[in-house]
Amino acid sequence: MSRLILYAILIIFFTNCKGEQNIALDATDVYKSKGVEIPTYDFESFEPLLKIDDGKTRVINFWATWCKPCVAELPYFELINSRYPDNEVEVILVSLDLPKQVESKLIPFVKKQKIESRVLLLDDPDANSWIPKVNKNWSGSIPATIIYKGNNVNFYERSFTYSDLEKELKKML
Amino acid sequence: MKTLKILVGVAFVIAISAFAIDKVSDSKAKGGYVIGDIATDFELKNIDNTLVSLKNYENAKGFIVIFTCNHCPYSVAYEDRIVALDKMYKDKGYPVIAINPNNPKAYPDDSFDNMKIRAKEKGFTFPYLFDDGQNIYPQYGATKTPHVYILEKTTKGNIVRYIGAIDNNYKDPTAANEKYVENAVNALLKGEKVPVEITKAIGCSIKA
Repeated sequence: MSRLILYAILIIFFTNCKGEQNIALDATDVYKSKGVEIPTYDFESFEPLLKIDDGKTRVINFWATWCKPCVAELPYFELINSRYPDNEVEVILVSLDLPKQVESKLIPFVKKQKIESRVLLLDDPDANSWIPKVNKNWSGSIPATIIYKGNNVNFYERSFTYSDLEKELKKML
Repeated sequence: MKTLKILVGVAFVIAISAFAIDKVSDSKAKGGYVIGDIATDFELKNIDNTLVSLKNYENAKGFIVIFTCNHCPYSVAYEDRIVALDKMYKDKGYPVIAINPNNPKAYPDDSFDNMKIRAKEKGFTFPYLFDDGQNIYPQYGATKTPHVYILEKTTKGNIVRYIGAIDNNYKDPTAANEKYVENAVNALLKGEKVPVEITKAIGCSIKA
């Protein structure tokens, strides 16, 4: 009996821990195909990701497979992701692909390009309500990138070269 | 590890070769119109090979100018709604004027010939103009497609009354409960102030 209670406590303990990690970001859905998983968020569930204050620098890139300049600069984000330690820099690729193209376009792209950075889908059609919450200066065109650490936030509605991106990142480290 | 090395190598090559191109796109025009500005007229080639200017529309009360294109999924998602807007408002004095601002060198799908094909497929009822040389969209300040400018014709010129999105749901027209363009034109037709003058939307970056 006491053992059972112990198990129960352990289970509650672990589910709570897990719950805490996930509490900030609860995916509204997960697309799974060809061994790739893409969690999907509406803006409300995505927004906490823009406000994590844990000493880590986050590079958040808004992109889509249909956006040519976005795809052109993705290798630079991948390079940042591979060159900087995970506990210092996290690269997050926020796809704005249409949900109906996730399985036909986004997942094959992620698989083919062997994308290693974290990829998620932001699916919230009421863009006028959330674009200004990402940044008040954003017109809504992509590529757009946020580099932030704690309360220090820089926003870029433009394309990057690798050297420009690294330069901007280093300002934040 | 080997793939990583190759990836790094490839990325560097791209980084170097992309440098010149990116420098050019950095200098793209900032600003554009704000509400109340007088919008420039233009003379742009329509898909029927005629030249179209706003001044040719003697009976218009204003215009729904939409920067849009062929290749962009967001533009495509709105095509039927753009046709509906033209049907709804052309006779009331607010015709749709669509302009493709993209350089076909950046997006071959957006070439003049492909504009003709797309307009025919979708049964466009409005002029679909080619911003040849990409000179008009920077003056308006359009950054993406679709990007709407509603102009009111006055004795002083065509005044910008609304800038932004068509409605608040690109995915599903039936779920859109804020029809920004309709609300704006309805207000203008009644001589009232446009209720929401600026909205934002995701769109495809315009490439000159």
